[in-house]
Amino acid sequence: MKKRTLLKGAVAALALAAAPALAQDKTKVGFVYVGPVGDGGWTYEHDQGRKAVEAEFGDAVETVYVENVPEGPDAERVITQMALDGADLIFTTSFGYMDPTINVAAKFPDVKFEHATGYKTAPNVSVYSARFYEGRAVQGTIAGHMTESNVIGYIGSVPIPEVVRGINSAYIHAKKVNPDVQFKIVWVYEWFNPAKEADAAKVLIEQGADVILQHTDSTAPLAAAAEAGNVIGFGQASDMAEYKDGPRVSSIIDNWAPYYIARTKAVMDGTWESTNTWDGIGPGMVGIGEITDKVPAEVKAEAEALQASIASGEYHPFTGPIKKQDGSDWLAEGETADDGTLAGMNFYVEGLEGEIPQ
Amino acid sequence: MIRLEKRPNASKAWSYSTPLLAVLLTMIFGGLLFAALGKDPIAAIRTIFYDPLLGQHAFFYRPQLLVKAAPLILIAIGLSLGFRAGIWNIGAEGQYIIGALCGAGVGLAFYPTESFIIFPLMVLAGALGGWAWAMIPAVLKTRFGTNEILVSLMLVYVAENLLRGMAVGLMKNPEGFGFPGSRNLAQYPSATSWISQNAGLHWGVAFALIAVIFAYILLTRHMLGFNIRLAGQAPRAARFSGVNPTRLVLFCLGTSGALAGLAGLFEVSGPAGQITTDFNVGYGFTAIIVAFLGRLHPVGILLAGLLMALTYIGGEIAQSQLQLPAAAIQLFQGMLLFFLLAVDLLTNYRIRLKQGAAA
Repeated sequence: MKKRTLLKGAVAALALAAAPALAQDKTKVGFVYVGPVGDGGWTYEHDQGRKAVEAEFGDAVETVYVENVPEGPDAERVITQMALDGADLIFTTSFGYMDPTINVAAKFPDVKFEHATGYKTAPNVSVYSARFYEGRAVQGTIAGHMTESNVIGYIGSVPIPEVVRGINSAYIHAKKVNPDVQFKIVWVYEWFNPAKEADAAKVLIEQGADVILQHTDSTAPLAAAAEAGNVIGFGQASDMAEYKDGPRVSSIIDNWAPYYIARTKAVMDGTWESTNTWDGIGPGMVGIGEITDKVPAEVKAEAEALQASIASGEYHPFTGPIKKQDGSDWLAEGETADDGTLAGMNFYVEGLEGEIPQ
Repeated sequence: MIRLEKRPNASKAWSYSTPLLAVLLTMIFGGLLFAALGKDPIAAIRTIFYDPLLGQHAFFYRPQLLVKAAPLILIAIGLSLGFRAGIWNIGAEGQYIIGALCGAGVGLAFYPTESFIIFPLMVLAGALGGWAWAMIPAVLKTRFGTNEILVSLMLVYVAENLLRGMAVGLMKNPEGFGFPGSRNLAQYPSATSWISQNAGLHWGVAFALIAVIFAYILLTRHMLGFNIRLAGQAPRAARFSGVNPTRLVLFCLGTSGALAGLAGLFEVSGPAGQITTDFNVGYGFTAIIVAFLGRLHPVGILLAGLLMALTYIGGEIAQSQLQLPAAAIQLFQGMLLFFLLAVDLLTNYRIRLKQGAAA
């Protein structure tokens, strides 16, 4: 077929162009970011991971990044360009980069790719994500204790299983300590949009929420909470410590540095293999930021005990009995959720109101 | 003292040379900006303007230029017709989305049937979708005298919400593990707009070139084109000469909507591949800049679209190779429009140096 030979030729040309990269002695590591490195949240933490790689290996590595890359055809071009420029390992750090990463990886079999939060792998594509829902359990416990209005606002980003998991985990644990608690959820359909995030926070506060949880990347919801007064919130993805004296009572911190260092090392040693990594509080991929004095000592102690039991593997945040929103049984008494169900979670647990957009 | 004097007629020479002058000024001041950021300005400018065209990996970037420029040109051509007649469609982004949704909907409905008829049907649906979305502000304007700028702009947000609803609902890939986003149309042979992925050729590129030619003929050789220009330059004269403003509004908004819809359809079935929650990346708005950068002239728009694509692609290379921040690149693109508007003054005004005559 003519079309196929043409394709083959182009792939050969691409591979040829990438060949000089192999001759370099420095290992080149590329990062593709969905937001700006100064977002103070998701992208900021990935960039901290990149800096940690530089600090760890010094002159043996060269890192490059491109920020604000829209998910879609632009991402495919940026990833290709990094591969052409001789990157040995490329981290694509947003869910929407999944298909572009797979497409580019097929053209550059010698370059290793790592896609965050996706589910498609290839011989030269690994996926990695963190068990953020473990952090959500701690967050939900604090939120359930702290709310006085019994209304907790939740800013959802994109309705993918990761976000649904977070909502369920936070709700289960808030409900456990406060049976009257009610969740109000607003979807903004974006990962990073300070204006929309602020609007969503304001709407939730107007509806009576005095605790705001967010799955979006900017500090705008915390700023909105600060403005409203007596509303508390949590740092998301990053510590967001600048709001410590204000609404922020704790945070979920993504810590990518150990993973990025390990994967870079594997490429240097030639031991890199396609893997599927999903780590939580135990291995340190998910951290809980300092719980401030606004939180009563006994609540803080309870949250920390929960964190410790999750870290040790003693407790699983999704432990039965848990029913689905429609009242059907999900987990029996003492049963814990398997990773397969969690990875594709597309239902709310019993007690949550509203529907997952679909 | 420097004084501005209005030219009796707009200067032809300046009208052609101001875009070039604006590009030059952008290079100079952009270079200063990059130098202030501690980067080598010459290397930065070369990376942005030279590397994508003639650099080491140009074989990859040149086709990408076409891919990036095609939707911009297609949309800008449509917008320019209305802009010339003083009809302001600011909502091309919304028409782009609706075109993509309608076209993709047809394609997804046929999946996995293979037939040569599917793609033409999708093209038709895409154009109709964009046209219909543009007809809303058009009809509201002609019937009730509403402002088409506001209505078309507001409809962008409606379209974005529709897009999200489709991506997480009706059009969601049933084999996508609950993740939002439709099936990948680029991997569905009967529905893809790709002609050759490696050459950067998809039907959108072909249609963009055809649109340029048609717009050129329309504006220079056809009565309708004359009426459009007349309505913009001398609305009173146009009315006296019997130009029907209602038909003009319907035609201009409808055409620009259909072209934006086509651009969306070609994008979703080719480079983007799928309907996702953030499928639209602002082509509809950038196309407004392209239309003005191209002097609302079809050939000018063709060149402006390519130039804009060059700054995008070159800007990304500069980001990853020189670690220039993304904001600096956006500033650089903004400068281009700013300088164009600034030097535009010279087309209509003449600078006179005059002794400060005391009163």
